[in-house]
Amino acid sequence: MTRRAVARTFVYASLILATLVVLLPLGVVFLTSLKTDKEMTGGSGALTFPDDPLNFHNYVTAFQDGRMLSAFGHTAFILVFAIAGTVLIGSMTAYAIDRFTFRFKKLVVALFLLAALVPGVTTQVATFQIVNGFGMFDTLWAPIALYMGTDIVSIYIFLQFVRSIPVSLDESARLDGANAFTIYRKIIFPLLKPAIATVVIVKGITVYNDFYIPFLYMPSQDLGVISTSLFRFKGPYGAHWETISAGAIVVILPTLIVFLALQRYIYNGFTKGATR
Amino acid sequence: MTDTTARVSVTKEPVRDTPVPAPAPRRARMWRHLTPWIFLVAPLALLITFTYAPIVNMIAYSFTDWDGVSPELHYTGLENYTELFTRSELFEVFFVSGYYLVASAIQIVAALYFATILSFNVRFRNFFKGVLFFPYLINGVAIGFVFLYFFQDGGTLDSVLALFGYHSDHAWLGTPFSANSSLAAVSIWRYLGLNFVLFLGAIQSIPGELYEAAELDGANRWHQFRHIIAPGIKPVLTLTVILSVSGSLSSFEIPYIMTGGATGTETFVIQTVKLAFQFNKTGLASAAALVLLLLILLVTWLQRRLVPDDKVDLV
Repeated sequence: MTRRAVARTFVYASLILATLVVLLPLGVVFLTSLKTDKEMTGGSGALTFPDDPLNFHNYVTAFQDGRMLSAFGHTAFILVFAIAGTVLIGSMTAYAIDRFTFRFKKLVVALFLLAALVPGVTTQVATFQIVNGFGMFDTLWAPIALYMGTDIVSIYIFLQFVRSIPVSLDESARLDGANAFTIYRKIIFPLLKPAIATVVIVKGITVYNDFYIPFLYMPSQDLGVISTSLFRFKGPYGAHWETISAGAIVVILPTLIVFLALQRYIYNGFTKGATR
Repeated sequence: MTDTTARVSVTKEPVRDTPVPAPAPRRARMWRHLTPWIFLVAPLALLITFTYAPIVNMIAYSFTDWDGVSPELHYTGLENYTELFTRSELFEVFFVSGYYLVASAIQIVAALYFATILSFNVRFRNFFKGVLFFPYLINGVAIGFVFLYFFQDGGTLDSVLALFGYHSDHAWLGTPFSANSSLAAVSIWRYLGLNFVLFLGAIQSIPGELYEAAELDGANRWHQFRHIIAPGIKPVLTLTVILSVSGSLSSFEIPYIMTGGATGTETFVIQTVKLAFQFNKTGLASAAALVLLLLILLVTWLQRRLVPDDKVDLV
């Protein structure tokens, strides 16, 4: 074998190993989710196939007793408001910063820049008191307000995009008698579609997966989102891995579908989001 | 500001007779000054309420013994900070971050490796790319459960090892060293994908002719990596290092979901959350959170110092 061939074999071997490392833990959980209570206590090994591959009983349990349905409802509600808010806030900020010169502009920009460096986890001790002060504690509005108000990344994404829209478009509209609001609404906002798509995807996945904020701000059992509802499986189903597995698969499946459908946008969005 | 209005009125002077509107009346000019602020009022209000006000409050709380509920609080000076740095069990949590730092280093090397080989022509490239990236998108709680089962007695890991004839009854999450290493390994599994995709994007933005030219000059793959790829991804690499360090210092989800901080896996953020919301020590927790915030800002500042990054150009 030539050296090239050895290198090639090594490359493919490492890729296959990585694939196994990623997929095996997930695959085993999927298999477990199809097993019965009896199979599990009967010592069915982690790698054995379920006796009945169409046994969806655990999924029924997860939805009915684990309240996954209402959890999806709450997550959807938060998603709609948080995303709509983020898009509006982000695009307005980007428009104001890029298209106007005004006093204290440098200060405003610096405030947003600096906030991007502050990791949200560190300030929750005090944020909690503020959210509580507004009476938003243990309501769906707490996460909505926090997701809307602390997202600097999407402001960056919008800003990059607004900058690429030629100013001559604004000017010609202004000559036609349009004011700043009409320009924002009729020209800038519609042209921001690709940036909006990016923000919706990135924000959507982040909000869907977030655990910390709903866990801190919505402790009540009736207000579970998918993360916190799944987390609560730990208590009652502590020894029932088949039910916990079904819950985990229920949560992962939508992500997988969205990923397969929107792959390219997702890579793009997260790269832009991280490099800002 | 006054400068632009002056210039406008000067240029307008000679064209008085054309239908272009004369210098705006006072009210219109006021509107023009106000317009950007109308767009900014909501974003700024949210930014101040949920980012800056908490920081200011946190600084204030950190000098008190407030419990988070009672109307009474006493100024205690630097007591919280001395407690934080002298009570060893409060400080020990930083050693746990060490595991995650080591894991980040492994993660960056692995991500670089996979990004490099997948930037060349490899069969099923998109499949491998998708597989490596997908874990980053999965819900943290689901990942926690998947790996609780993975490390469980007789779970996935034990079964795989048994396939190779290695039968162990080692409790993977049983001792502090083993538990922390396992949790750090899970965080590699989770976050490798993001680093990998960032590196891949950076490598692919390097023009292809460079490789061809290098190949003509007789450079092998290692030379190509050393002299073309490595310099090309330097900005992304430093960014990744920052993200990893601040991520290691503030790791929370995986250890909290999987062990709840038991068997010596408590991280700084878990400890802070417990202090604040379980033991009602808002004062002490604020001091702790502030220390963490300053540490992370310090790391970021150091990076900006060491590697002046021209990519940050907001204005």
